[in-house]
Amino acid sequence: MSTQAIPRHESPKVVFYNDPKIRSLFFQFILLAAVIALFWFAYDNTLANLKKRNIAQGFGFWNVEAGFDISQTLISYSAASTYGRAFLVGLLNTLLVSGLSIFFATVIGVIIGVLRLSKNWVVSRLAGFYIELFRNIPLLLVLYFWYGAVLSSLPEPRDSIAIPGDIWLNSRGLLVPRPVILDQFWLVGWSIVLALGVAVAITRYARRRQAETGRRLPAGWLSTLVMIGLPLIVYFAAGQPLGLDLPVKGRFNINGGLNLAPELVAMVVGLSTYTAAFIAEAVRAGVVAVSKGQTEAAHSLGLTDGQTLRLVIMPQALRVIVPPLNSEFLSLTKNSSLGVSIGYPDLVNVFTGTVLNQTGQAVEMVSVTMLVYLSFSLLTSAFMNWFNTRVALVER
Amino acid sequence: MKKIIAAAVVAAASFGLVTGASAGTLDNVKAKGQLVCGANPGTAGFGVPDEKGNWTGLDVEYCRAIAAAIFNDPTKVKFVPLSSKDRFTALASGEVDVLVRNSTWTMSRETTLGVIWAGINFYDGQGFMVNKKLGVKSASELDGASICVQQGTTTELNLADYFRSTGKKYQVVTFGTSEEALKAYDTGRCDAYTTDRSGLAADRLSMAKPDDNVILPEVISKEPLGPLVRQGDDQWLNLVKWVHFALLIAEEDGITQANVDEKVKSDDPEIKRILGTDGKFGESLGLSNAWVVQIVKAVGNYGEMFERNVGPKTPLQLARASNALWNKGGLQYAPPIR
Amino acid sequence: MTDAISPSGAFVRSTVIGEQRPPHRVSGPVLWIRENLFSSLLNSVLTLVFVASVLWVLPGLIRFMFITPVWVAESSKDCSADLLKHPVGACWGFVNAHLGYLFYGQYPAVERWRVDIFYALEALGLIWILAPKAPFKPAGLVFFFLIFPIAGFILLSGMTSIGLATVQTHYWGGFLVTIVISTVGIVASLPIGVLLALGRRSKMPISRLVCVIMIEFVRGVPLITVLFMANVMFPLFVPEGWRPDSLLRVLVGVGFFSAAYMAEAVRGGLQAIPRGQYEAAQALGLGYWQMMIKIILPQALKIVIPNIVNNFIGLFKDTTLVAIVGIFDFLRTIQASLSDPNWRSAEMPLAAYLFAAFIYFIFCYGMARYSLSMERRLQTGNRH
Repeated sequence: MSTQAIPRHESPKVVFYNDPKIRSLFFQFILLAAVIALFWFAYDNTLANLKKRNIAQGFGFWNVEAGFDISQTLISYSAASTYGRAFLVGLLNTLLVSGLSIFFATVIGVIIGVLRLSKNWVVSRLAGFYIELFRNIPLLLVLYFWYGAVLSSLPEPRDSIAIPGDIWLNSRGLLVPRPVILDQFWLVGWSIVLALGVAVAITRYARRRQAETGRRLPAGWLSTLVMIGLPLIVYFAAGQPLGLDLPVKGRFNINGGLNLAPELVAMVVGLSTYTAAFIAEAVRAGVVAVSKGQTEAAHSLGLTDGQTLRLVIMPQALRVIVPPLNSEFLSLTKNSSLGVSIGYPDLVNVFTGTVLNQTGQAVEMVSVTMLVYLSFSLLTSAFMNWFNTRVALVER
Repeated sequence: MKKIIAAAVVAAASFGLVTGASAGTLDNVKAKGQLVCGANPGTAGFGVPDEKGNWTGLDVEYCRAIAAAIFNDPTKVKFVPLSSKDRFTALASGEVDVLVRNSTWTMSRETTLGVIWAGINFYDGQGFMVNKKLGVKSASELDGASICVQQGTTTELNLADYFRSTGKKYQVVTFGTSEEALKAYDTGRCDAYTTDRSGLAADRLSMAKPDDNVILPEVISKEPLGPLVRQGDDQWLNLVKWVHFALLIAEEDGITQANVDEKVKSDDPEIKRILGTDGKFGESLGLSNAWVVQIVKAVGNYGEMFERNVGPKTPLQLARASNALWNKGGLQYAPPIR
Repeated sequence: MTDAISPSGAFVRSTVIGEQRPPHRVSGPVLWIRENLFSSLLNSVLTLVFVASVLWVLPGLIRFMFITPVWVAESSKDCSADLLKHPVGACWGFVNAHLGYLFYGQYPAVERWRVDIFYALEALGLIWILAPKAPFKPAGLVFFFLIFPIAGFILLSGMTSIGLATVQTHYWGGFLVTIVISTVGIVASLPIGVLLALGRRSKMPISRLVCVIMIEFVRGVPLITVLFMANVMFPLFVPEGWRPDSLLRVLVGVGFFSAAYMAEAVRGGLQAIPRGQYEAAQALGLGYWQMMIKIILPQALKIVIPNIVNNFIGLFKDTTLVAIVGIFDFLRTIQASLSDPNWRSAEMPLAAYLFAAFIYFIFCYGMARYSLSMERRLQTGNRH
């Protein structure tokens, strides 16, 4: 045995390639080089390929006349408009169908989620069946079903189904009276704003009064009354400044009114029935996550069932529900890109479909479309971060 | 991990990802032993596969003619069905060697899509099909109608132009594939369906009740349809172009599938040049000198192809009209082989 | 008064209460019905409304699907109520007539036994790695993630040297393509997903950045745009002359996409492993990869099996999207058959879509049940 003592304060000698720091730098360098090389490879090839095949590049197309029509436009658009305008039309159509579907999906989803929690065996089983069914079939099939099997078997325009209230339903869609805003309508608009302000003031006053005196005002009823009553009074006082453009039967189609094309109807119905199943599941999980002790504690404080739900259960359940709900909204928005499969003119259909085909600039179209969706998702996660910090449990 | 990568490389290689260095298209085709041809997924008379995957049609036979010229075997073709939406990217990206798929020759397509036409194998124009019970006799009566159209076509643009120039209103319903557009028309989503008139003739036959549908007399556009290739490979462009011309010249000189063997023995100097008994025209294209013989033996001349697939005796019943040879009042004209 | 107030003021009963009758109690079905269905007015109304609507829909549906359907048909004419002069239900004849096409695509009829063997191998592999009690688990993993993909590929696309005729991917279709895409998705996404997840939790800033960008980018865009990218942009990224097969391009896109989601699932598992496990491994002198492969990943992956299966369900449903870039998957072959002029009719889609829903539901629901049972199993497994 060697008697030589090991020097105490000298750090063990490490060969440079075993030094964790150097190793880590080395690996990162390799990774970075590989990523850069890969991108360079793709970039270089793309340039060479585009050049060799004489394919146009850049965003010059943005101001070029599009030359094609789009079946549903929220802003004025004609074949004489530019590709840029067509992009905007597609984007707005995506936002429209997502917005409508998010609304209906939330309503249906919350109802089904609550029914699923019901103690009623029949109700809860049926809600469960709905959830399981839609969670286990592809969305595309749901869309095909509504579009190809339900809406397309509706009668032709000349045999339209008349629904009381000047509403017509046929294979070309749902026609409803279109409200036409007349001159004096701004009065009604302002009265709504005013009513909102009054309602907020009532609620605040009621809260302060309760804090000070302990007596409660029926603030909910009062504000509802103001919000409905005031605009109504103004509406009639201003001489009913709202006209209706009624749908009228024409030679081919029913003309006038507001035509909700079957593509739009199928998208909204399909997306909301499908997403509702996921929302219902999120709602159920959120309510279940609140422990039963909370309900019992609230009851023992003398709160009624309604108060318990509103003041104790919901604030806690929402903290659990909102994050998954939010990601459902995001995936619904992304799923609206399936419009291309049934001819709904959403962003993907118009931009990566028609515009890509007419210009041939695949790289630009696909990248722009991806960027749009990416910014949706970044906005959503920014909102989520804000929400999470806001509702985070404040603990001592 | 390494094993997985190795497996992936093997899989990728056998998937046909790596086919070696980028040589000319002709060399690639010869090396692979088959021509990859972008075809119409289903337009009777032009390109349609039956249930067993056997393709028929005028455009399909153009691919067979090219394969016959290269390999002396018209079966060495792989057909890739392409929707109108995917076709140009498929060609530009190299997925197919040649696209013969009722594609309209336009200036912007050649200047921006990286493709180039080799000729016009069918002179066509856009029309409308409507259901008989609507009682429409002319396209001018289509004011306010819903019209189904396929995405990514000149048809879509012509339609907009037509209604813009006539100042009428219409509602367009756009679909990704022609079959979806047609199905939508058939189930009553639209009053009219529009595409090239040759396509309309084929599509009308595919309806549940063909006689319930009429093709309106108006032709609202010029639609020169023909085979096209990628830009940047002139040898390949020449080959496809001259296969097309050879088919026309064969008809002009009366060389048919039946008599081509006799014609080879002919003393006529022009026929000797065409059939390769004189000169080295085939070799200059990178083919054998008997290339025209191979083509005609496989598919016949242009006239025979037309009669067999779309002519008056077929269900499509299309007349030669503009597609007759130049010396018979049509537009089909080929430069001489010399 | 028998009760008295004791001097201390406490209430004390001084006598025993006599025996009382048991509380009125109903047991069995009546109690169950009363408690579950008619506990309140609202509940009773709900019960009645729901039962009534089920009774209203169900008989018609059963008649449509099982009593009056047409089982064998040559074309839509055989299913037309107008021509048959009596009402008819679902046209199962449509499904019957297209069965081969729906499950094999245009795969040559004489070679379809190869697809059958492929299906069988797939089932064997899945049962092997998923069944909790199956023996030789490591061998099963090697089989499913290595042997099966290669063997399956050779089997399907053919290898002339061993006497299997080449079948180009262009002829593959229907359910076969659905299975191929989802299998490749899962087989490719697991290793890539694990690497991405490790990269995201790594201490090296650059590798973390690269992985975060990859994952968040893919998760932020719809699958369709990834497929478009794979379809129209990928060929531009590689030198001319490489000609990626159209199915291969889609597979690359799907693998890429599902890897990002898999990475997030795996990351959840990695985060759930207590720090002590890492420290214990390091104390034993294990290096990073040894620690990960021998200690951390086996535990982390076990925890996230339910999430992985749920991802797989999502992937299985998402395979339908490949139809939009022109690949003939199961749903697309149904659509194509519906467009066939011989079968085009207004009633046909309902039967066809019911059948499609049935097939997708069986597979997804089966996996969902499995994932649920695994979750329960894991929960009990963690109890000490």
